[in-house]
Amino acid sequence: MALISYGQAACQALAQAMRADSRVIALGEDVGRGGIFGQYSGLQQEFGPARIIDTPISEATIMGAAVGMALTGLRPVVEMRVADFALCAIDEIVNQAAKNRYMFGGQGRVPLVARLPIGIWSASAAQHSQSLEAWFAHIPGLVVVAPATPADNRDLLAASIESDDPVIYMEHKELWGLQGELPPRCATILGKARLARAGTDVTLVTWSKQVHTALEAAEGAARQGISVEVIDLRTIWPWDRDCVLASAARTGRVLVAHEAVQAAGFGAEIAATVAEELGIPVMRVGAPRIPAGYARTLEEVARVSAEKLLHELKRFVEREPRRQPAA
Amino acid sequence: MPASTSSVNPSPAEHLLDLYRMMARIRAFENAAEETSRGGVAVFGSATDTIALVRGPLHLSTGQEAVAAGVCANLERSDYLTSTHRGHGHTLAKGANSTAMMCELFGRATGTNHGKGGSMHIADFAVGMLGANGVVAAGIPIAVGAAHSAKIRGSSAIVACFFGDGAINRGPFLEGLNWAKIFRLPVLFVCEDNRYSATTATDAMTAGAGAAARARSMDIPAETVDGNDVLAVYHAARELAARVRSGGGPQFLHALTYRVKGHVSVDPAAYRTQSEVDGALESDPLKLAATRLAALGVAAGRIAQIDAEARSEIETALASARAAPWPRADAAYTDVQDTGAGQWH
Repeated sequence: MALISYGQAACQALAQAMRADSRVIALGEDVGRGGIFGQYSGLQQEFGPARIIDTPISEATIMGAAVGMALTGLRPVVEMRVADFALCAIDEIVNQAAKNRYMFGGQGRVPLVARLPIGIWSASAAQHSQSLEAWFAHIPGLVVVAPATPADNRDLLAASIESDDPVIYMEHKELWGLQGELPPRCATILGKARLARAGTDVTLVTWSKQVHTALEAAEGAARQGISVEVIDLRTIWPWDRDCVLASAARTGRVLVAHEAVQAAGFGAEIAATVAEELGIPVMRVGAPRIPAGYARTLEEVARVSAEKLLHELKRFVEREPRRQPAA
Repeated sequence: MPASTSSVNPSPAEHLLDLYRMMARIRAFENAAEETSRGGVAVFGSATDTIALVRGPLHLSTGQEAVAAGVCANLERSDYLTSTHRGHGHTLAKGANSTAMMCELFGRATGTNHGKGGSMHIADFAVGMLGANGVVAAGIPIAVGAAHSAKIRGSSAIVACFFGDGAINRGPFLEGLNWAKIFRLPVLFVCEDNRYSATTATDAMTAGAGAAARARSMDIPAETVDGNDVLAVYHAARELAARVRSGGGPQFLHALTYRVKGHVSVDPAAYRTQSEVDGALESDPLKLAATRLAALGVAAGRIAQIDAEARSEIETALASARAAPWPRADAAYTDVQDTGAGQWH
C-alpha cells in the first residue's frame, strides 16, 4: 500500500468532500497558496478562489462568517492556522457556533469544521504551541477531534465535514509529515477510540501526537515485563467511554497521558470518570503548568517525552497493585 | 406582516400608515413586554422572588421603532437579518409572529425558540431573521457570512445587519466591514445609534467622527439619517438596499435615534438628565409620524384605530403566551448536538 502523509491525507479528504458536495468550502489565511502547512495544496487550483477562500487576518470574522455561511446552506471548513490564534475567535466559537442551535431552539444548524492545529512545534514558543482541547471539550455543542495518524486524519476530517455539528478539529503540527497507509475509509469514526496496542497490565489513554510517544513508552515497558494497552481516543468529545471503561475493567489500572498542561486537562475528566465508575487506580501525566519556552532546554521541560511517560508508567504500576473493578 | 418592496405605489398617506402600523405594533409589543417583566429580574444583584411572566434581561427598543420599520420595509422575506440584544423590533418588522415572539419572552414551548432563548436571543429563521445576539457586534461577522454564502450560492438575498453605536468600538465591526467590502458582499449595515453603550454615553467612548466616517474610511458608502423619522429611514434604506441588491457591495446606514428606556428594563438610567429624556421624547417616532399623517389629511381616528389594533394584537399574544405550556424539562437535552447526544457527563 502506498504511503501518504498526515497532511496530505487530510487534503485528500477535503478535496473529495468538495468534489462530492458543492456546499463544502474552505476559508482562512493563506489557504489559496496551500495553507502554511501545505494542507490545502492544489485545492484552489481545482476549486477556484470562490470555494478556497483567502481571507484577511480577521480570526473573529473568519469564524463568525463561517457561522453565517453554515446557517445559510454552506458547509465551511475554517482554517485557524494554529489553535492559539483561535483565541481571537473565541466568542464566535463558544457563544455563536456552539450555542446557535440550542439557543435558537433548533431553528438552525452550524455544520462547520474549524481546524485548530495544536502542539509544540519546532521552537515556536508560548503562542504557537498550545494544546487547548480541554477548553473546547468543556463547551456543550462542540465536537472535539484530535487525529494521530494519516488514515485517521482523512477519515475523521471527512466525517467531521459530514457532521451537522460544529467540530473543533485539532491536527498536530508535528505530525504533518508523518507517513502512513490509507486503508479503505471508515465512515463511522467520530466518537470511536482506536486500540493502538493491546495489553493486559495497564490501560494508557491518549490522543494526537502523544499516541506515538505512548507507543514508544509501551514498547519500553514491554521490555521490562509490563504489558500496556494503548487507546488512541481520536475524538475528545464525545470521548469513547465504553472503549476506555472496557479496557480499564480488563487491566485494572488507567493512566491518561497528554501533551496539554496536566492541570485541568482532559485527562482529569477521564481519570475521574474511571475512578467513579470502576473504583480502580488512575493516574495522569501531562505537561507542567508552564508555557512552552523557546530554547530547546526549556521546550523539553514542557514536553511529555516517552522517557518521562515510561518513568511515570512504571512508578504507577509499582505503586498501585492491579485491582478488580467494583461490581 | 412585513411591508414589502413589492407593494405597488400606495399613496403617501397609505405608505406612511403602513410604516406607522409597524411602529405601533413594535411599541405595543415593547410596552407589554416591559409591563409583564416587572419584578422578573434582579436589580443589580439583589434577589427577586417575584414570579414575573417575562424574566431575565429585557432590552427594550421603545423609541427606536422607526429604524426597524423603515429599514425592514425594504426587505423581502427571503432576505436575511441579524440583530442585537435589543431585537424585538427588528424581528417583528422582518415578519415574525407576535404571539410566537411573546411566547418566547414568556419562556414557553410555543415560542419562536421553544423557550430556549428568551428576549435576548429572539430569532425566526423562517422569515430570515437569523437571531438577536447577547454579544455586542457578534451579529456582524454572521451577517457577513450569510451574505458571502448568498453570493457563493448565487442567491439574490441581501442581508440587513443591525448593530448599535456601542458595537462600532468592537473589533468585529472593523473586520466585518472590511470583509464585506473586499468580497463585495450584499450587506446593508445599519448602525442603530441610540447614544448609549449599556449605561455609558457612547460619544465619550468613541474617537473620531463616528460610525459613518469609519465606514467611509473603508470606502463603504454611508448615509446618516434621523432615525426617528420613519420616512427618512425608509427612503435612505431604500436607496442603499437597492444599491446592495444591484451588486454595488456593502452600504452603510447610520440612523440616529434615542434609547428612551434604560439599558435593561430594570435600569432606571439615572446617569442621564430628565431634560435629556424629555427632549428626546419630543421627537418620538410615532408622534412624528402621526403629525405627518395628520398633515397628509389622515383622520385622528384612523391613527387611534391602528394603535388600538396593535394593542389588541399584542393582548392576544399575551393571552396566548399566558396559556401556553412550558417546555418539558427533558427538552433541556434536545438540540445540543448530534454526535455525543446522550453523553451529558
